[in-house]
Amino acid sequence: MDWIQLLSNAAQEFISPTTAAYALAALGLAVHFGFTGLLNFGQAGFMMLGAYGFAIATLTFGWPVWAAVLFGIVASIVFAFILGLPTLRLRADYLAIVTIAAAEIVRLLFTTNTFEPVTGSANGLQGYKGGFADLNPIPEGTYGFGPFVYNEYDWWLRIVGWSVVALAALVTWQLFKSPWGRVIKGIREDEDAVRALGKNVYFYKMQSLILGGVYGSLAGMIFILPRSVVPSNYQPTLTFFIYAILLLGGAATVFGPILGAMIFWVLLSFFSGFIARAVSEGFLPFMSTVQAGQLRFIFVGLAIMLIVIYRPQGILGNKKELAFVK
Amino acid sequence: MAHAASRPVARRAPRRLTAVLFATVVAALTLSVAAPAAADEIGLDEYDFRISGLVELADEPLEDVRLVIDGGGFSVEVETGADGRWAVGVPQQGDYTVTLDETTLPEGIAVVQTTQEGDETPNSRDVNVGQSGSTVLNFFIGQGERNTVNLWDQIVDRFFNGLNFGLLLALAAIGLSLVFGTTGLSNFAHAELITFGALMALTFSAFLPLWAALLIALILSAGFGWANDAGLWKPLRKRGVGLIPMMIVSIGLSLALRYVFQFFYGGETQQLPGATDASFSIGAFGLSWIDVGSMALSVIVLLAVAYFLLRTRIGKATRAVSDNPALAAASGIDVDRVIRIVWVLAGFLAGMSGIIWAYFRPGVGWDMGFQLLLLTFAAVTLGGLGTAFGALVGALIVGFFVEMSTLIIPSDTKYVGALIILILVLLVRPQGILGRKERIG
Repeated sequence: MDWIQLLSNAAQEFISPTTAAYALAALGLAVHFGFTGLLNFGQAGFMMLGAYGFAIATLTFGWPVWAAVLFGIVASIVFAFILGLPTLRLRADYLAIVTIAAAEIVRLLFTTNTFEPVTGSANGLQGYKGGFADLNPIPEGTYGFGPFVYNEYDWWLRIVGWSVVALAALVTWQLFKSPWGRVIKGIREDEDAVRALGKNVYFYKMQSLILGGVYGSLAGMIFILPRSVVPSNYQPTLTFFIYAILLLGGAATVFGPILGAMIFWVLLSFFSGFIARAVSEGFLPFMSTVQAGQLRFIFVGLAIMLIVIYRPQGILGNKKELAFVK
Repeated sequence: MAHAASRPVARRAPRRLTAVLFATVVAALTLSVAAPAAADEIGLDEYDFRISGLVELADEPLEDVRLVIDGGGFSVEVETGADGRWAVGVPQQGDYTVTLDETTLPEGIAVVQTTQEGDETPNSRDVNVGQSGSTVLNFFIGQGERNTVNLWDQIVDRFFNGLNFGLLLALAAIGLSLVFGTTGLSNFAHAELITFGALMALTFSAFLPLWAALLIALILSAGFGWANDAGLWKPLRKRGVGLIPMMIVSIGLSLALRYVFQFFYGGETQQLPGATDASFSIGAFGLSWIDVGSMALSVIVLLAVAYFLLRTRIGKATRAVSDNPALAAASGIDVDRVIRIVWVLAGFLAGMSGIIWAYFRPGVGWDMGFQLLLLTFAAVTLGGLGTAFGALVGALIVGFFVEMSTLIIPSDTKYVGALIILILVLLVRPQGILGRKERIG
């Protein structure tokens, strides 16, 4: 078994743009779920709006990068409003059902043939990366050391992706030290108490939903830069993966989602690579390579269950600050 | 639920076509270089396997003919290009159904029957993608009568389809709602109870007569519901795990179970005996005897559940626990026993719904229950979370709405309407149709 290759593949996941995208999406979910107690199961929908907003603004409208990014963000803000208006007054599980349904509506609308000229239907979109690549200041060439050797575009992608993550983490950290953050956390602990203090709980929840949604849509943009936009990537399973990351790192923390994303992807890559190699070398005769690929989903599912049952605060979390008190 | 395999858009009435002109379709190529994304080539870069073909009428290529390729929980639509060619990438080897949408053919021509006698839907064909990774499929097009069902017939067809779908949804929804009512759990893994029933029916029908296979499948489904409770939820309740964590646990369970099913059964769609056999058609309303049988059975079972809830002691106890578990326990009701019975009932109903769903789609697949899950939630929420009869009403409304809406909107967006209704209802009447205000908190 080629251990060096296996380990270096896994190590690459530390700084991969996909990891950055998941970390940012999980950070958005931390704002929703960890800090505010909103059960958003539609993070995939926010990511999708960011991704499609960026791609459609670039391809259909011919807008520059900054305008396309702005368009994706605005799309997710509008989506947050549509989600929040009917549900933020209701109990938590209603929001869960509505958000997952809304994300599916978005996905079905992007998948249907009806809007094929704009959305590319099931085939998705590509060819929107030109503007982003043109901004790249790194001269052409291959750079790096050890397992981390990439060309100029890949480095640009990683630098931008992780910068956005770092910036978002900084903003979140500052926000939740501020009076605004304390009100938000207060809502999570006891909505009625916060309301008794004269705060407009509904308004604060909406702000939180928008903030996390914007993170989600930025994550969606980072997510599509190393690949193309394909609607089947945004199934509810994507949201569940992000929940697994969030719960692993610690739901009510700023750095938990980032750490969670790194650990999740490194482990997943290592595990998948290991099982695939073990199967191809005949160590696991009862399993085919296709089955080996499915094992990781089973383990992600089990991991979600076990973390919630045995360590609900995650790696970095504090047991006193649980997102789900009731 | 998204890739829900939809039934052929227009159901073919049993008129045989008298093929006047004949048909030509030419085999087509595979493995040509994938041109950049056109509507006639979908997902070629993304997937290793492909199905392709050419639709021609008397050497004239037909443009913009829509084909739907379905299988293994994967679904894609493609339209032929100016040269009449189409190609799609598919994620894995296995059986796929290619359905040519005859409404997109020019007036007066249809797919001429080519396979075995008595094939009701020559516009829908099964193909197998094997080791070579690519398959060619020919459609024989000729002049003839096609599915030009008039609007009234369509409405009647959709009505019965909606009734059938609504009833099977109701079976799933009542279990979900009862579990929610008695334990407070929004169980996302309910989808896997549905899939389990269909998979067990598939497993046992391989070597047993169908009635025995279905019976065993239903008993095992009930057992699976019990096992869910005994193995996981009861210990969690004893630990005092909160409702939101339990809901997330159910999501993890759902994910794990779904891929365990795929691990053992593979990603392909398989068929229960008789599911695609056109000879069962009753010759009216686009229904088959299987549809009629499933509707009758659903109604009987739903009536039995209603009797159980309204007239029996344990049913009354169930409703009491739903209403107020603490008070029920204080008045001497064994809450744990009630919950156990509710789980067994939920497993049984979900399994039955899964079997009917397998005939309705048609097909048994590892994620078939998950395709139904959001609609089930929509039904339950619409009717009022935690109320059994609300779930029934909600399911029927969702079922009718999903099927009837295809008269107006494209069939690949038919679930969108139902989900939008869900959100609108929450805006206007969050407690649902039969729910009470205090539940919404």
